[in-house]
Amino acid sequence: MPSNTPIFSAKNIVRTFGSGKKLVKAVDDVSFDIADGEIVSIVGGSGCGKSVLAKIMLGLYKPSAGEFLYEGHEIVDQKDHWNEVQCVFQDPFSCFNQFFTIRSQLEAAFKIKKDKLTKEEISDRVDAGLLAVNVAPKDIEGKYPFELSGGQMQRMLLARIFALRPKVLIADEPTSMVDACVRANILDYLMKLKEELSMTIVFVTHDIGLSYYVSDRLFIMHDGKIVDSGKPDDVILKPTSPITVQLLDDIPEIHKDWIKR
Amino acid sequence: MSNPVFEVENLSLHYLTRFGQKIHAVTDVSFQMKQGEILGIAGESGCGKSTLVNGLMGLFIPPLHPTSGDVRVGGESLMNRTPEDVRENVLSRKVSMIPQGAFNALNPTRKVKDIAADVIAAHEHGTSRAASYERLAERFALIFGKDATKILNSYPIQLTAGERQRSVIGISTLLNPQMVIADEPTSALDVSTQKVVIRMIFDLLDKGIFNSMIFITHELPLLRHVADNIAIMYAGEFVEKGTAEQIVFSPKHPYTKALMGAMLSAEPGQKDRKPTAIEGAPPSLAKTIEGCRFAARCPVAKPECTQKKQDIRMFADRLVRCDYAE
Repeated sequence: MPSNTPIFSAKNIVRTFGSGKKLVKAVDDVSFDIADGEIVSIVGGSGCGKSVLAKIMLGLYKPSAGEFLYEGHEIVDQKDHWNEVQCVFQDPFSCFNQFFTIRSQLEAAFKIKKDKLTKEEISDRVDAGLLAVNVAPKDIEGKYPFELSGGQMQRMLLARIFALRPKVLIADEPTSMVDACVRANILDYLMKLKEELSMTIVFVTHDIGLSYYVSDRLFIMHDGKIVDSGKPDDVILKPTSPITVQLLDDIPEIHKDWIKR
Repeated sequence: MSNPVFEVENLSLHYLTRFGQKIHAVTDVSFQMKQGEILGIAGESGCGKSTLVNGLMGLFIPPLHPTSGDVRVGGESLMNRTPEDVRENVLSRKVSMIPQGAFNALNPTRKVKDIAADVIAAHEHGTSRAASYERLAERFALIFGKDATKILNSYPIQLTAGERQRSVIGISTLLNPQMVIADEPTSALDVSTQKVVIRMIFDLLDKGIFNSMIFITHELPLLRHVADNIAIMYAGEFVEKGTAEQIVFSPKHPYTKALMGAMLSAEPGQKDRKPTAIEGAPPSLAKTIEGCRFAARCPVAKPECTQKKQDIRMFADRLVRCDYAE
């Protein structure tokens, strides 16, 4: 039953780095609400502050000013927060330890969970997670991260999410390191997460095409500010901000003229 | 009729593992390139694109070995050379490579001008440092305009991703190579920076800094705008090669069609079209494969496809490796 309290609620949050002359405002006066069960994409070029915003949502950074609430309360304890909010990052190889088997790391992920499961339950959940991303558990038995390809590793990250079943998923550029085929695959799994587990997904990406497919709502970010937001059809087909127009113009679409020699 | 700048003839490459097993990463690749041509090579991860790049430079560092075939730049063969000879005489001058990760390609402890001057020093012994710097200033002014001095005097960490990638391209093309091979040069960049980098590559090509280019990526929509011709690679083989328009708008090989089906785009009316992933994985290249390599994943495969070897042939004005293409 979706409650009326938004999952995330940001009021005029600012996050700065450095001080004095070197002060950088990575997130600058941003306000938004994200409802339960929504898929929201945050789109922008490199350095626009979208990853910083994702890290604020994960509780890795605290906002320098403004109010950021998760389900109506501030994020105090990170471990408490990660019990319900989990993430997928861009580079799967930097997320796994090379010296331990993949399976042992997937099982170790359950340490973050508050409700302690038995060994058998954890093992079953990991198996189910792997099957959800079309990997037979015996295929990765005894394997180490370097033995798999980038696309397979990215799937392992998603298998971890399927196994842990968090309430909220923050996906920070999960597809920027994989090829187009794997990207379509990952997209399928993300939709499956939403359908089967009715997860709230915050999707951080620079791939506006991808966000158009998955999201219920889209934020366009530039220089720390949200310059455009709304339903994907409205934002992409009827852009209001010059930044969005520019961003759309820069994408090499198949049926559109781009730069010529 | 000018001679082809770059010729590849039946090139096959394999990796020799420490257990003595041969992995045939690239099989029977042939193509020719004209002056000014940009050839795009696309395919999924692990299809042999990057292995092919090493082969095209003649750079064979174990465990990679050539099986057969020949690569010629301006008529001169690049095969059967030692890695030292290749580094000295081929790289940077004849064939130059633009790597994917610009950050990994630049030494973080040195300024851009010193990294670049080393390239000149390594190839033209006896050039004074001052003379190198002068040449650099000239070349970088072409790329960055009035920012050139600032960029040259920066450490890689002080530059943005786009500036770093453009610096790497500047360094790669410093000695006016005939061929440039770009291995996913823009995959790590956002769309706006990508556009700037592509514009710069076009600019260098128009100014005659280099003659032809191979552009490797898995973004087919990008290739449609960048490349003149596109070759689609699958499991170490070219499965289709034609002009950019042919490949993107009327693909014939089932694999090319499947690849196009996996593309996403934010265009009107595209939201209902669900991108479809290709199920399954490419075959292991450790064994010799009889029959079509794509047969196991092909949506229109016939029973005989797993047995009968498919040869690349002319079909509808392009090369296709499928007897049942339509």
